[in-house]
Amino acid sequence: MFAYVIKRFFSAIPTLFILITIAFFLIRMAPGGPFDADQALPPEMEANLRAAYHLDEPLYQQYYRYLSGLVVGDFGPSFQYRDFGVTELIMTGFPVSLRLGISAILIALIFGVAAGSFAALRQNSRYDHFIMTLSMTGISIPNFVVAPLLVLFFAVMLGWLPAGGLGDGGFQNFILPTVSLALPQIAYIARLTRGSMIEVLRSQFIRTARAQGLALRSIILHHALKPALMPVVTYLGPATAGIITGSVVIEQIFSIPGLGRFFVQGALNRDYTLVMGVVVFYGILIILFNLIVDVIYAYLDPKLRK
Amino acid sequence: MITKQSRSIWTEAWGAIKKNARATIAFYVLCFMVVFVVIGPVFSSFAYDFTDWSYLAMPPNFENGHILGTDSLGRDVYVRTLYGGRISLMVGIVSTFVSLFIGVSYGVFSGYMGGKIDGFMMRFIDVMYALPFMFFVILLMVFFGRNIFLIFIAIGAVNWLDMARIVRGQTLALKQKEFVEAAEALGVGALAIMRRHIVPNLLGVVVIYITLTIPQVILVESFLSFLGLGVQEPLTSWGMLVKEGAEDMQSTPWLLIVPAIFLATTLFCFNFLGDGLRDALDPRDRQ
Repeated sequence: MFAYVIKRFFSAIPTLFILITIAFFLIRMAPGGPFDADQALPPEMEANLRAAYHLDEPLYQQYYRYLSGLVVGDFGPSFQYRDFGVTELIMTGFPVSLRLGISAILIALIFGVAAGSFAALRQNSRYDHFIMTLSMTGISIPNFVVAPLLVLFFAVMLGWLPAGGLGDGGFQNFILPTVSLALPQIAYIARLTRGSMIEVLRSQFIRTARAQGLALRSIILHHALKPALMPVVTYLGPATAGIITGSVVIEQIFSIPGLGRFFVQGALNRDYTLVMGVVVFYGILIILFNLIVDVIYAYLDPKLRK
Repeated sequence: MITKQSRSIWTEAWGAIKKNARATIAFYVLCFMVVFVVIGPVFSSFAYDFTDWSYLAMPPNFENGHILGTDSLGRDVYVRTLYGGRISLMVGIVSTFVSLFIGVSYGVFSGYMGGKIDGFMMRFIDVMYALPFMFFVILLMVFFGRNIFLIFIAIGAVNWLDMARIVRGQTLALKQKEFVEAAEALGVGALAIMRRHIVPNLLGVVVIYITLTIPQVILVESFLSFLGLGVQEPLTSWGMLVKEGAEDMQSTPWLLIVPAIFLATTLFCFNFLGDGLRDALDPRDRQ
């Protein structure tokens, strides 16, 4: 098991390296310098600025500087927020996004697995069709459409929940954003669970358990659930990526000061170092999470631990 | 002599759709949607960028001709939604073909070559899967401006990974067939075999994944438009209309609801159609 984790860990390094390299050179390819303003700066001043940000060095030196900064967690200075480092900015936004993202994943898992198992146990019944149609709707309708509609209904028309912002950071401020973020994932996980649960329920060992007269409840909880959840575990990697991407628009809609909002603001302000930093940070998160998922998977399925 | 007509992929696909009631309805709705966005604007007397100063932000009203209302600039919502639909559907189709082209070329080459090349190319795909592509597309949009051709290509370049994997799997199977062996024995070159013997036989899988890729692509485009990085004014797309509608939904909710319904219906139908086709045709599911 330990050897597997080590092996898997080292195979993530090239991916990380490619990610950073693409991000770095994509930014350097961008037309226009970071200090282009309406009024051109005096040449000496621009030269000083470029020197201060090490932009006068050859590209490979800048690349090396960026890489060695990253190793110690330094994403470099921000071009727009001149007094802040990108690392500082990321660390202000990240806790908020993390809270939002983790609650969304937990909600998606609980409701997705419950709905999917329920549908699988009543395959082809009215309930099954209802849940599956609902989940297809959830997959089809993007969350930036669902979120404003939810706000329109629960905040504007009924006035039950706040329409946006964090307020004092209370629970009710997180309900609508979390639900909008989780909905597509609930839908997808429900479909996955239903499919694999149906397959597991048809297998020999479940038939044996039934023949032995075990109660249906205990068959499902003790025998069927674990193998049926394997595809869901695999899906957790893409689900995280989906939640991260989704949080970019959700934070925008609900004016939540998280990382996604920094990213969009940075992109629109052409704050290249901030944008690059957030992309690399997101990439590291996704790669790290995929790693964790693979380890969990190997733990659950000993066949993989070769 | 064998007279049995081989059933083409299209007859087979149509047969599969007809057996599935939901897929049939989805198919007809989509046909209707395409025809509607193409000819629908003819039935309105307003241009998509025309400002009607006498009716700013009017709710739906039949008497003044703005049957789905106007936005805050007095532009007709009905016409703008249909024009947005043209852009969204066009992005969906063009970008899907871009991803189809990349995915099929990559997959066929990898599968046909086999061995080390195949191993390397598939490892590369694994690496690509782990990258946050959406963010690269956003970066591209920010740097190089919101050019519609760039949108086609950037979105297409993001969605080819699944296609490449599936096509490679199919190619591995096709490579074992006698007709490929015969062509090899006759001295046909590798590229010619791929083009003439492998690619035409991939049509079935490709059709399924086209219907599943189009909604993904439309979704990506509307996501970009929603962030203000999609097509540029006065052109519009469903994502952009939803964004504009969401900004003022308290005072003018129809600006959000109308394009949201169009976008959701289209994505919904594509997903149902793709699902139905996959259930019926996907060779991987056949026993």
